[in-house]
Amino acid sequence: MKYMLLIIGSQDADPVTGEEDQGLMEAFMAYHKAVHDAGVMVDSNVLASFETATSVQVDGAGDRIITDGPFAETREYLGGYYILDLPDLDSAIDWAARCPGARAWRVEVRPIQEFGLS
Amino acid sequence: MTGEWAADSVEAVFREERGRLLAMLVRQFGDLDLAEDAASEAIEAALECWPVDGVPATPVAWLLTTARRKAVDRLRRDRAYAARLAIMQVEAQQHVDAASGQGADDVQDEFPDERLRLFFTCCHPALPVEAQTALTLRCLAGLSTPEVARAFLVPEATMAQRIVRAKRKIRDARIVFRVPGSDELARRLPGVLRVVYLIFTEGYAASTGEELLRVDLTDEAIRLARILHRLLPAESEVSGLLALLLLVDARRAARTDAAGELVSLEDQDRGLWDADRIAEGRGLVVAALRGAGTGPYAIQAAIAAVHAEAASTSTTDWPQIVALYDVLARRSPSPVVQLNRAVAVAMRDGPEAGLAALDTLDGEALRGYHPLPAARADLLRRLGRTTEAAASYQAALDLASNERERAFLRKKLTELGVGRYRP
Repeated sequence: MKYMLLIIGSQDADPVTGEEDQGLMEAFMAYHKAVHDAGVMVDSNVLASFETATSVQVDGAGDRIITDGPFAETREYLGGYYILDLPDLDSAIDWAARCPGARAWRVEVRPIQEFGLS
Repeated sequence: MTGEWAADSVEAVFREERGRLLAMLVRQFGDLDLAEDAASEAIEAALECWPVDGVPATPVAWLLTTARRKAVDRLRRDRAYAARLAIMQVEAQQHVDAASGQGADDVQDEFPDERLRLFFTCCHPALPVEAQTALTLRCLAGLSTPEVARAFLVPEATMAQRIVRAKRKIRDARIVFRVPGSDELARRLPGVLRVVYLIFTEGYAASTGEELLRVDLTDEAIRLARILHRLLPAESEVSGLLALLLLVDARRAARTDAAGELVSLEDQDRGLWDADRIAEGRGLVVAALRGAGTGPYAIQAAIAAVHAEAASTSTTDWPQIVALYDVLARRSPSPVVQLNRAVAVAMRDGPEAGLAALDTLDGEALRGYHPLPAARADLLRRLGRTTEAAASYQAALDLASNERERAFLRKKLTELGVGRYRP
């Protein structure tokens, strides 16, 4: 079963210092390698800063509404993700807990909906 | 009449064995909904067959066989389930293959007790706490959804929704039916114990009027703790929890008077304390304290046991109780533990010392917690500082929400005889 681990940062969090950033980079590289070595990796990416985000909606008349950034009221943003192929939620929780993002920010575990059995 | 007798006996058998039956079905079919439906259909079949054919020699075996057949029938009927059945048969075979090495006993035993898996699933930390208690009561204590709803004083539809949502998460996020490995067990067991403890305290705090309609949650919690203790006899915190519940529940008859009003520990008629529960609880405390890694439940049980040994509050070994609170505060620090310790200090060294201890507490953390002003009021009353005592009782009364506790505080205020107060 596939799970997406969403690494979610907060605009309210203290900014990461250069030294911490270096440590975090190294921790993520080690984690990335561990995920690969375990053979559970499906996909992973880091997203560019939320300041580069653009929101797109199409209204009832078919007009596009383009706005800068994520919704103004959300202080949390998606910073990156892993999609892992794992047997169950407990192992997904284990991988989320090992992810450096869980220490620095928060990791949300979401099962990926499976279709096609009915 | 025959029908009624049979219904009773089915109920009795099922209430006792429902959790075991359900756990075995869940283990086999990997689906809580399917297992519950199959179990219910098996009871219906029993209600039809047993009055005619008599109660079978091993009712559980009969129910299990019937329920399994019902489940397989349903899987065959249901096309969506058909593909799952194929997958499950493959997985079941893998289980057997994997178990044939070390788990030979498990495979040979016709009715292995699978309830521990069910406990860990119902109390999974990925589920909201109120769903954990509801699922545990439903799956392991065998209560119906309306009974669980009544027990927690929430509308039936709300409770049904809560349970449906939790079961959907178990299925869709794939929370598996499994006992955590030994390294993970230490992390997960406290969550299971907390659910049983929460069920107990919910029942313990219930107010009189509502109690008539409510399932007795304290009894259910003790039953659940007993099951856990049978399944994990070597875990000292499990023994500690069961001991704590037994020792606290032993005071039940003395805890309220004929009018249903609360009676404080000091004024309780200790002759009404349940000697059997105390004896059993004490035995368990001794075992729990002997084991390695004595935890908060075992320490709290030890405190309850010291109370149980004394004929009155004046002959209670308060130095011992203060010492145990010190251990508890080191082991799991909390402002509530500090408050209880301060009350014990007052009993050991006098009300002045108790007030001094109360003054050192973190008032911010205990803001809104009515036992704090109630404890202060009691100490002020003992010192004859009546006006201050009345103000503190009033503060406690303004904060307390449980009707029985409010009545207790009103009574204390009236006894002070300082005149009017806000009811």
